Amino acid sequence: MTAASEATRKPVDVAGDGEKDSAPQARRTRGEIVFFAVRSRKFMISAGLLLVLIGIAVLGPIIDPTDPVAQAATPMRSPTLDPGNWFGTTYFGDDVFAQFANGLRASFFVGLLGGGLAALIGMAVGFTAGYRGGWIDEILNMITNIFLVIPTLAVLLVITSYLKARGVLFEAVFIGVTSWPWAARAIRAQTFSLRSRDFIDLAKLSGRRGWKIIVTEIAPNMSSYLFLTFILLFGGAILIAASLDFIGLGPTGGMSLGLMLFDAVTYGAALLLGLWWWFIPPGVGIVALVGALYVMNVGLDEIFNPKLREM
Amino acid sequence: MRRYFGRKILTYLITFFVAATIDWLIPRFMPGDPVQGLVSRTGGLSESASKALYDYYNNLFGLNQPLPVQYLNFWTSLLHGNLGLSVYGNGTPVIDMIMGAIPYTLGLLIPAILLSWWLGNSFGALAARRRFLDNTVLPIGYILTATPYMWLALVLSFLLSINFKIFPLAGGYGFNLEPTLTWLFFTDLVAHWFLPFLSLFMVMFGGWAIGMRNMIIYELESDYSRYLEALGAPQSLVRKYAFRNAMLPQITGLALQLGVIVAGALVTEIVFSYPGLGHLVFAAIQSGDYFLLQGIFLFIIIGVLLANFIVDIVYVIVDPRTRVAMRGGTA
Repeated sequence: MTAASEATRKPVDVAGDGEKDSAPQARRTRGEIVFFAVRSRKFMISAGLLLVLIGIAVLGPIIDPTDPVAQAATPMRSPTLDPGNWFGTTYFGDDVFAQFANGLRASFFVGLLGGGLAALIGMAVGFTAGYRGGWIDEILNMITNIFLVIPTLAVLLVITSYLKARGVLFEAVFIGVTSWPWAARAIRAQTFSLRSRDFIDLAKLSGRRGWKIIVTEIAPNMSSYLFLTFILLFGGAILIAASLDFIGLGPTGGMSLGLMLFDAVTYGAALLLGLWWWFIPPGVGIVALVGALYVMNVGLDEIFNPKLREM
Repeated sequence: MRRYFGRKILTYLITFFVAATIDWLIPRFMPGDPVQGLVSRTGGLSESASKALYDYYNNLFGLNQPLPVQYLNFWTSLLHGNLGLSVYGNGTPVIDMIMGAIPYTLGLLIPAILLSWWLGNSFGALAARRRFLDNTVLPIGYILTATPYMWLALVLSFLLSINFKIFPLAGGYGFNLEPTLTWLFFTDLVAHWFLPFLSLFMVMFGGWAIGMRNMIIYELESDYSRYLEALGAPQSLVRKYAFRNAMLPQITGLALQLGVIVAGALVTEIVFSYPGLGHLVFAAIQSGDYFLLQGIFLFIIIGVLLANFIVDIVYVIVDPRTRVAMRGGTA
């Protein structure tokens, strides 16, 4: 949802130097960004939450090396404070905490890889279309529009249902390959507004090649915007993966938060048996992770863009 | 006008062509043999019998013909509305099963989309630059928009149908009823409809509220707002202009978001066993019914494309600048 509003908003002044090219202000220093970051409540809260989740994902399986699908504990135990199964156990006798920590790992993996891949494709298409213009822009725009209206999940549904063995890596790559269009469209619009600036003309006059101008002049001038785009794609990839897992097309062999929900509803009858500790943690994990990413996106936006700061 | 819509329709036609071609390509070029899978589902056959059955299916689906012919046949039967027979439905035509499910899905989606869009935008606009509302609506909005559709559905059904028993747990209407035009059936239908609708509505509401709130802040910082303020225009007038400008990206956002929303409806239906397309998708995957799955895929694409086209028309009506530009003027 936030991704869509991001894609449709008008090109903002990403270079941060106002419309007047002749008198660019001094570049923002690193110190200034840290100064505002520490004072931004949105940034600090979301960063703190993310650190906690990263901690659970990295350290959880090390501290509690239970196999998430061992089915070794007493089934349907409610959560306790005693060491052992603090998050309780599933209908089949799996440790919910072990599933949660391992599932969180998978979510980070899918988000980073899927979101990262989508960001790369989006940047490649967006920069090329925005900088080149002309018929290259027309063709890339057409391709982007086609990918934009095809419902991603429906395509994934048909493709993944034919595969007998699926891994988390495969899932991440597929999400990356299908979720880039809005990013490409947004980056194209930003590139378009930078293209006619004086410093780009100067770079062209000095005889630099097109892709070099993109890498050294255009991309650094919108680096904060690119980073924000990546954060949104990261969160989006996690949500898509969760839906896919829940429909029953998740990784075969392995654990993920969406798969926990699928097992709880489809095989474990967690709702009817009242095993709330089975389906509440994965949902809270996804909401915390994706919510933290979205809030961090807005917090960083306010830090990078002085106009938006709440004074 | 003609050029604008011509371009849009061309994009949609190409999209449909690409999507349908993907639909045709996947079963033929994916690893594994779906026909073999179909044969082994029958089970307990001798080797010669399963060979005969294999040939029979290959012949039935036209898989023994050259690929270009298969591709042409695919389009011919597609344009005739023939999507094959459903394994899950014991030989019912796929198109009939889909047609039976579509009213339920649309009945969930259309009210949820329209209501959440309207209320979300209103709340978002109110929240912008108003500290109290901003501090309450915004965090709730972020939590809602980060919530996976199916999880909210699970929590709602656990709380409201299992713990408090206010709403029925599953299905489109009570198991003891037949679809008739009676008051009893109607109220039962609404009771079953409410929770899936509510979970779709809530997740979408959060997204629209946040989007509108951020958009209004951009607009209030822009030159025309500053100019109006400098002229001494009342705050309400400035906000009215900002709202009208912020609406346009939200309309485009709705078009962009349609695919995600449909996906949300699919998983929500699975949670409530609501007899719409999502429920069919789940059944098709669980029983390896590829014809049904591919048929649903095509219907989702057509639906999303049609909705996109409607949004395009609405956009032209709402934004006078597009109409001026179409007549060759400059806004």
